[in-house]
Amino acid sequence: MTLDWPLEIHRVLSQAHVRLVGYVPDAGHKRLIELCHADHAMRAVTLTTEEDGIGLATGGWLAGERSVLLMQSSGVGNIINALGTVRECRIPLPMIVTMRGEHGEFNPWQVPMGQATPAVLEAMGVVVHPVREADQLGAAVDAALRLAFNSYAAVAVLLSQRIIGIKSFQEQAGQ
Amino acid sequence: MSVKLNRRDVAAALLADRGTLLVIAGLGSTAWDCTAAGDHPLTFPLWGAMGQAAMMGLGLALAQPERRVLVITGDGEMLMGLGSLATIGVQKPENLSVVVIDNERYGETGMQQTHTAHGVDLAAVARACGFTHAETVTATQGLAPLRRAIHERPGPNFAAVKVAAEKIPLVLPPRDGALLKARFRRALLGEAADQQ
Repeated sequence: MTLDWPLEIHRVLSQAHVRLVGYVPDAGHKRLIELCHADHAMRAVTLTTEEDGIGLATGGWLAGERSVLLMQSSGVGNIINALGTVRECRIPLPMIVTMRGEHGEFNPWQVPMGQATPAVLEAMGVVVHPVREADQLGAAVDAALRLAFNSYAAVAVLLSQRIIGIKSFQEQAGQ
Repeated sequence: MSVKLNRRDVAAALLADRGTLLVIAGLGSTAWDCTAAGDHPLTFPLWGAMGQAAMMGLGLALAQPERRVLVITGDGEMLMGLGSLATIGVQKPENLSVVVIDNERYGETGMQQTHTAHGVDLAAVARACGFTHAETVTATQGLAPLRRAIHERPGPNFAAVKVAAEKIPLVLPPRDGALLKARFRRALLGEAADQQ
């Protein structure tokens, strides 16, 4: 039995009235991105770089809208300076980060950023929630959304490669 | 070469009788220009986040489709976030205008030349990215029509306004990011913003 965790994350986002979904695609987020695009109450925005998702979320929050940012761990390296704005302005920013370079990685180029991801986020004042079990994801995202929007915080749920389960280039390309 | 526009005059002309316009003022000189035109709770001046001004405008525009949104930023700031023009071109928010006050210089760091001093045409980039209108303004006569477009014309609209490269006095907005955010949200959403 496999838990439909993307559906569960979508349900939690929807329940929390998240309306703006910025993302740079990742294989691990494929189904969640599709669910967000199909949801007429959400606006899913493809970004050219993860950093732009922080601008999008900041503008959205200034105008009263709740956002989430979806990305892969390599994208965390692209958002560091922009996280300074989030902290200075206390913008609520939930992020769901699919991990690479971590559990059974097949691409050595992914390992440095993947391994540095929690430390980089923490250095910029982001609350980090690592999740390694699919059945804990819904609750973790729900808690992250509450913390972000109730406390005006940046919160990252790190979704382990163990949950995504892609083990080779061939497998990723076949998605 | 003809007499170049003065950046403060440009900002003042574009922000005249601004009504309910929502404004993002990009890092550096453009934030000071907008402050010189009159500090306003519905202007969000950036003290950081270089390259993010246009995306913040997109966030505002998508969240408030009934309001007109203006991003005023500099050429250096815009060049750091060129990908945002592609994203805006794809999202096509009719209520968004992006105006680059283009002095062809990095004004806060020693007036080094930007790529626009070497022929990079930001209006052409915006047009290629799918902006509905994109133009380069070089004369005072272009400012009143641009101001009208910002308030009325279905966009996304883009304009690069060429201005003189000159150092002018700093006119600084408040620095506290949390304050700037809170005053913007209150002015736009009312007291309810504090309960969100």
